[in-house]
Parts: sequence; structure tokens; C-alpha cells
Amino acid sequence: MSIAFATIHELRKQLLAKEVHPKEVVESLLDRISSVDSRIKAYNYLHPERALESAEKADVSLPLGGIPIAVKDLISVRGEPCTCSSRLLEGYIAPYDATVIERLRAAGAILLGRTNMDEFAMGSSTENSAWGVTRNPWDLSRVPGGSSGGSAAAVAAQEAIAALGSDTGGSIRQPAAFCGCVGLKPTYGRVSRYGLTAFASSLDQIGPLTKTVADAGLLLEIIAGADPRDNTCEPEPAPSFSTKLGEEIRGMTLGVPKEYFVSGMDPEVEAAMQKAIAHLEGLGAILREISLPHTPYSIATYYLVATAEASANLARFDGMRYGRRAPGCNDLLETYGRTRDEGFGREVKRRILLGTYSLSSGYYDAYYLRAQKVRMRIREDFLTAFRDCQAIVTPTSPMPAFRLGERTEDPLQMYLADIFTIAVNLAGLCAISLPCGFTQAGLPIGLQIIGPMRKEETVLQVGYAYEQSTSWHTLRPPLG
Amino acid sequence: MTYEAVIGLEVHVQLKTATKLFCGCRNEFGAEPNSRVCPVCLGLPGALPVPNEAAVIQTILTGLMMGSSIRPRAKFDRKNYFYPDMPKNYQISQYDQPLCLGGEVSLPVLAFPKDAQKEPQALAGKKVRLVRIHLEEDVGKSFHLENCSGIDFNRAGTPLMEIVTEADLTTPEEAFALLTTIREILRYGKVSDVDMEKGQLRCDVNISVRPVGTEAFGTKREIKNLNSISAVRRALKHEIQSQIELVSSGGTVVQETLRWDDARGETIPMRTKEQAHDYRYFPDPDLLPIRTEGRLRTEAERRMPELPETKKSRLRETYGLSEYQASVLASDPPLADYFEKAARSTRNPLTLANLTLNDYLALRQDSPDPMSIPPEYFGQLADLVSDGTLNSRQGREVLAILIQAPRPPKEIAQERGLTQISDSQVLEEFCREAIAANPKSVADFKGGKAAAINSLKGFVMKKTRGQANPQRIHELLESLLREP
Amino acid sequence: MDHSVPTVGIDVAYVAGLARLRLSPEEIETFGNQLEQVLAYVKKLEEVDVQDVVLAGEEKGFQNRLRLDLALPELSPNEALENAPQQRGGLFLVPRIIE
Ligand SMILES: [Mg+2]
Ligand SMILES: [Zn+2]
Repeated sequence: MSIAFATIHELRKQLLAKEVHPKEVVESLLDRISSVDSRIKAYNYLHPERALESAEKADVSLPLGGIPIAVKDLISVRGEPCTCSSRLLEGYIAPYDATVIERLRAAGAILLGRTNMDEFAMGSSTENSAWGVTRNPWDLSRVPGGSSGGSAAAVAAQEAIAALGSDTGGSIRQPAAFCGCVGLKPTYGRVSRYGLTAFASSLDQIGPLTKTVADAGLLLEIIAGADPRDNTCEPEPAPSFSTKLGEEIRGMTLGVPKEYFVSGMDPEVEAAMQKAIAHLEGLGAILREISLPHTPYSIATYYLVATAEASANLARFDGMRYGRRAPGCNDLLETYGRTRDEGFGREVKRRILLGTYSLSSGYYDAYYLRAQKVRMRIREDFLTAFRDCQAIVTPTSPMPAFRLGERTEDPLQMYLADIFTIAVNLAGLCAISLPCGFTQAGLPIGLQIIGPMRKEETVLQVGYAYEQSTSWHTLRPPLG
Repeated sequence: MTYEAVIGLEVHVQLKTATKLFCGCRNEFGAEPNSRVCPVCLGLPGALPVPNEAAVIQTILTGLMMGSSIRPRAKFDRKNYFYPDMPKNYQISQYDQPLCLGGEVSLPVLAFPKDAQKEPQALAGKKVRLVRIHLEEDVGKSFHLENCSGIDFNRAGTPLMEIVTEADLTTPEEAFALLTTIREILRYGKVSDVDMEKGQLRCDVNISVRPVGTEAFGTKREIKNLNSISAVRRALKHEIQSQIELVSSGGTVVQETLRWDDARGETIPMRTKEQAHDYRYFPDPDLLPIRTEGRLRTEAERRMPELPETKKSRLRETYGLSEYQASVLASDPPLADYFEKAARSTRNPLTLANLTLNDYLALRQDSPDPMSIPPEYFGQLADLVSDGTLNSRQGREVLAILIQAPRPPKEIAQERGLTQISDSQVLEEFCREAIAANPKSVADFKGGKAAAINSLKGFVMKKTRGQANPQRIHELLESLLREP
Repeated sequence: MDHSVPTVGIDVAYVAGLARLRLSPEEIETFGNQLEQVLAYVKKLEEVDVQDVVLAGEEKGFQNRLRLDLALPELSPNEALENAPQQRGGLFLVPRIIE
């Protein structure tokens, strides 16, 4: 079997035993990429020479020594582009490393390349990219999910051992579910956002996309922990998240929110979910119905909060200091207007408009402020629920991967698809998505396990118990 | 009909910190363009702000000095508008929860422009209320080139404190006095050097006019970015006059933002920022709120200086100084401290004050560091002058030597033979000699010409090589000449 | 506003102006309709009782996280200007700013 198909844990063993050399790992991945990426288009940018060069020097005794990691194209890597899949950032070369990149480097990881995404992380399909769509490795006519679709597709297609993504309203978990891999959204404040191009600052978190739950725990351990450069990052050092892996979940109470099983769910997803619940019961967990009464408001809340923050966060992209400036303009206003009109895609403009509107004179209280208040209600729902259970299980997405182009011009329908993931970001919780079955047509289905704030070890424990007693994670897409 | 002006000020002050407000770049004037920048203050994708504790403490300290109420909890907001000198196209500022609310500054007479100190309004001891004091980041500096602009972001992100007053001012002179007073307080607190040359104080003014005796405000116009105290006075004078002319000839003032052209002495409407008033403020999600109770407040309290007005009245009461002497000393806190140290070694602080304000200040112009004179020597010198051992010219001479090589002033005086002769017996000898040698002057004096005594005095001074105590000679000569 | 554009509840042209987006009349119309739809949807937030809600950041008992006033390394002027679409003499060049 190709080296590219290995997990981080498997590779580490082989590297430490000197059965493989880091250079072979990189070469194997580059081979795999050149054979499948023309079909998938997971990567925006590759730097093979640099990856091979760091492989030569790799210290395999480090926690990620010699392991290549793919990085979503909105995290700053010194000396590399960081386009956020936007035409506006064409030509921009980041002059600094994000905190997570510093930590990957310090752990010995090799940076392989940058993965595609929805422009500025706005979308759920990776169709909103200036560099073209990424396809789902399980069915090339379908989307990989988004916005971290490139990272998820790369991991699923064995073009990366593991990847980093970012999750604002489900952007790690939903593509993980669509592509049949593992995606972890850490607690807000767990991982430094320094160097992560901001979409919605109060919701964004960087997290791992991996082939297994154990890999997700390991990668999180490397990137998490206090960072004085991010005011919103928790000041405590990150604990070891993997300590409870392998501990059984017998007697653990898992909540199943009744509001998540009412309308519009794909029947195959619902069936897979019921099976997953039965399976967890079989492992000794106590499944209990819980209520999250403000669930119907989470999408509206999310779109007001996220777009308002985004409207300010994206104001800096104006072609004055970096990026692409529209040529041939006569004055300053025209330069701003045309640079931003030509540089941003439709979804980004739509969200900037919504955010600008909801903050504008006379609307702030009715929209932004009210949304922030409802957000606190949503948070209270979870605090209450977690009095009766240690984790919550839900589907990651109400449907499997949809077809390319199916939803691009119906923003509201697209937004509604994020119903199960969004509340987690609004409440600042942690959650993992892992494969829990396939549709008749062979599309992966994701199981989401939500934990209270700072309880990553619990969601990893439950996820690991489920994963190790099922075989979904061993299946590979039919790419040859 | 007579009109009065209603004036409010927004004073922006650059704080004296080592680094910028939200990043570790140096807060330094005059560096090579774009050499004091980093991903944060250039607004690069992914960079995040972290507030500088020193800037927060300095703002709280300013609030304490100006009698504001320090809010237990403050937060930072984003103020959104596009401008090429502002890297993120929003400014991190404080909207509805600033660090300081309220406060008051009273205007001492001597803060008014010299030519206005005699005017009655200058004597009122007026108090100007403050609305708030908040902390925000500064923008970069633009240079206007032939057909484009060039931007240096070294200043972008440096800490700027904004002091907003109520519309309590009515004349350009009051505005001048307010700014002078604020400047002195800020220097006392060491929160800013308030160096105008470096643009460390910039001011926006709001002006409207209304008939005297009416309550309603007229339509106000705003003049932006005045960068010296005297420019504020000139711009206000011009603007008030033109508004009064307009209104009294039946016109109406249109709300407008103006720029002051100091060279041409006129205001010019600004063309940009038409829609700029929809700033879409919202709390900055990158920044935690700030709790001022505890360390921040304690630290500000610890740095609280004696304020200028308190210092002045204490100097007057403790040392019997005049209003003027106290003000001059108080305007220079290190000098005042030095004076007070020296005053511990003298019986006559008034003489010490004269020495300080006349001779010492003059010497200070061209000698390196006159404050290197141990203060007790300076105090002893005042005693030698006040008890008549040295006359004032000799005092100056000893002072000049003290600066070069500090030693007890008495030693210097003796070595140089600078002791003033006050011994009456010795002086009487000289006076008798003078009388004997100048019969004509004696006759003139006796004939009623009182001024004739001066030539006799001159004779004695000459004989004693200037060391005689002139007061004593005068007394002696008078009594000898009156002898029957 | 241009009256050939169908009127929507949101003044899209005004909002686009604030956001410095130069939209085509087609975009103004399409976005206007889509935003109307989204705003109609978010109206449901009015159903939620938000009285006495304590917002994040207004809770009691948090710790300040401030930075000490210590200098950190800066970028060199070359690094700073590397990405500038236009530069000269150490300055970022931008279209003329009119005051
Ligand atoms: Mg301001
Ligand atoms: Zn900086």
C-alpha cells in the first residue's frame, strides 16, 4: 500500500523504525497528488522543492517529525501565498507565520501545500473559489463541502496525511462528513487565531482534518494552547487531549437533541444516525433525549453575527497595501469600488452587504445586537443540556454531499444546510465529525459529537470508541 | 443683535509609550518610513491586536488628573470607514464604554494668551466640563505627491487618547487656555510630551453661534485636524466671525466639515467623507473588554502627580511666592522640585525664588545641566545673598562658578574675595574718606540735591572694588552727612 | 437612487457605497432580492425573549489580558513594502487622497 494512504500514527511508527524516510513520504504524496489532483483539485498551491528540502532535514524524533501536513489557503505561512481563494489576494506573499504554523514547524511537520476553500471561508461547498471548484473524491459530480473542502478532499483522496482547516459555522466538520474523514472544531479560544485570515472573529477556530480520531487528537495537541498574540486565546496551556482514547464509554450519558430530528433531513442520513445511536448504546452509553429549544434561531443568529464581523474584517482588502489593485482607475473611490468588485466573488459580496446593512445606522439594535443576545440564549441551551449529559450526538449535516451547482444561487437554502454545525460555533463549544455510514449511492455520512467547552478529550474519547468499533474509516473513495 | 459662540473640542493626544497600542512596534517619531511596522499595524490578513497595558494606564491616569470617573469596565469598538492611511479600514476606538467619563478642567488666568490675560473673561476661573476620555489607534501619515499619495505607516497604530469637551467654551482665547492647561496636566502626568512639532496634539473643533441670551444651539460646523494651540485660536476667530457675519446678514449656517489653511488664514470645506458618518460601530471581537479595577487603577493612582493648580497654591502658601513666581515654577515641574529641595537649605525662599527665576533660568539657556548643583549649595547661596554677605551681582558670579565645579558657595566667595563688606566700622572709614575727598558733592547734598549722594557712593564702591554693601553705604553716608 | 432599479426595502446602492463595492445594476437587483429574503428570514429572531440577557464580555469575573509595553521585532521596510501594488521612496503609493 502506498505510503500516502497511512495515518499520522502509522507513519510515525514507520519513520521512527526507519522503515521509511521522510523524503519517501513526500515523494509518495507528490505522486499521489499528480495522479489524482487533476480530478479533485484539492490544492491551490504546492511547493514540492521546499517540502523535499525540509524532508531531508526532518527530525523524526519530534512529535510530527517528517509528517507532511496540508494547510487551508487562509492561514499565513511565511514566504508563501495566502490567497483565501480570492482574486483579491492574487500575488500576496505572507511575510509571517501563523502561530499554528510555527507550532507545526517546531513539531517537525513538513508543509506540503495550500488547499482550496470557499473564498474567505464563505460557503459550504468550495464552489466559491476564484481558482475553481474542488470535487468530492467519492463522486466527482458532487461538492466536497466547505469551506475547508480542499483540506477534506485532500485527506479523503489520500493526497495528504492530514490537514488544517478552519471552522466558523461548520467549515471543518461538514466537509469532513461529505468526504468521509475526521474533522475537529476545537473550543473557541483553544487554538490561536493569529495568522488565520478572519471571517468572523468570534466564531473562527482552526482545527485538524484527519483520517482517524487519534490523528485529530495528536494534531490538536500540537496546535493548541496559549498565545499572547491572540487576545481571545485561552491563557492556559493545552492539556493532552488523547489521554482518554481507548477508555470505554460505558455508563456515559449522551444527549440527542429532539429539535435536530424534525424537518428536512435526508432519510438515509436519518437512518445512519439511528444506527449510530444504537451502536453507541451497544457500547454501553446511555442515550437520552435532550432539548435545545433555540435551535430554530441559530441560522438567523449566525448569519447576522458572522456577516457583520466579516464586513469589517474584509474591509482591509482594498488593493492599497497588498493584493490585486484594479488597473486603470481614475481616482480613489473608483479604485476601491472596482478592486473590491472585481476581486470578490458573489457570495462574499452578498455577505459583506448583509453585514454592512445590519450594522448601519438605525439597524444595529434590531439586527446585530439582538442576534448577539439570542446567541447567549443558544449558549444557555447547551449549558443546561450539559447538566444531563457529557456529550451530544447529532448528524453533522442533514444531507450527504450535494451536486455541484445545485445550490449556488439560493443562498438561504445553502445557509440552512449548516443547521447542525452552526450552534456549536455560536456557543463556543468543541465538536468532532467522523464517518458513520454511506448512502446507497456511496456517499459518506457524518456523525457529530459535541462536547462542552474545553472538553475535547471527551469528544475524542467517544469518537474513538465509535470509530474503533466500526469500519467506516477504513473505506477509501474509488479513485484508483 | 450680539452673538456668542458655542465651542466644543475633541483633543487627540499621542501617548508616550515605548510601543504601539496593539502591537510591539516602536512608537517612535522620525524613523525611516515604514520601518516601524508589522503584520498587525499593516492590517495584514490574519494579524490580531493585543492592547498595550501602558496606554490603558496612561489614559486612566489622565482621567484621574482631570477628575473623570474611571469606568470599571471598558471595551474597544471598531469604527468603520475607508481611508488609505488606515490599514484595516476600521479604526479600533472606544464607542459606548470608554475608559473615562466626565471630568473638568479649570482655566487659570495665566493659561490665556498673554494679550488676553487682562480681559475680564480671563479672570473668571472658568471650568470646562469633559464628556469623556477614550483610547484609540492613530492612522498612518500621507504625503501628497504630484498625482498620487504616499503613505508611511510608522504612526499607524500608535496610541492616541481623545479628550472630548462639552460645548462649554465661548471664545478662541478660552479654547487656547484649555489646550494650554491640558498640555500642562499631560506633561505633569508624563503621559505625553505634547510636542506640537511632532503632531502630538491635534484638535477638532465644533463651532456654532447664537444670539446672546438664547438657549438653543445654532448649526455647528467642524474644523478638523488643527495641529497647534495658536492655530486653534486663529481658526476659531476666523470661523466665529464668518458665522456671525453670515447669520446677522440673514443667512443660515450649513453643517459642514472644514479644514484650516493656516497660511492663507481661511477654512476650506473637505470634499471626502461625505458618507463618513455611518461608522457602523460594533464591539471588536478580537479584543476582550478591560477591567480597570485592580492593578490598572492602582498603578494609575500610584503615578498620580501633584497637579499644576495644587502645586501653584502650595508654592505660594509655603514659600510666600507671588502668583507669577509660583506659575513659572509650576510650569516646569523638574525646576519646581529642584527649587523645593534647595529651599530646605535656606532661611529666605523668596530670595531663592528670585535667584531661580532670574539668574538660574538665564544660566540654564546655555549651560549643560545646572541642576547638577547640589540643591543645598543653591539654598546656601540664597542665604549669602539675603543676609548681605554677597550682593546680587556677586551672587550671580558664584552661581556661574557653582555650575562648573560644585563646592559650598561660601568657599567660592572667600576664595574669590567676593565677600561683601558690611562691617560698619570698615565702611565708615571709606565713607569718611569719600566725604573728605569730595567737598563739592557734600556741598550739593547739603544744599538740597539728594542725588549728589550717588557720586559719594560711587567713590566708596570704587575703593572697595564693588564689595561694599550698597544699602549700608547709603545709610552710613546719610547719617555722616547729617552730622552737625 | 437610480429609479430604473426596482425598489427594494434595502437601499443596496447606499450599503454597497459604505462597503466600497461598485455593483452593476444587475447585481444591485439580484442582491437586493436575496437580501430581502434573508432579512425576512432573520425576522424570526424577534420571537425570542432577550430581556435580561447578559452579553458575552459583560459577565463578571474575567481577567485582563494585556500586553506589557515591550518592543518586538518589526518588519524591514523591504518586507513591509514587498506586497505593495505600487511603491516609491519607501512609501506605499495610493490614488491621490483628496481632503
Ligand atoms: Mg476619534
Ligand atoms: Zn506593528
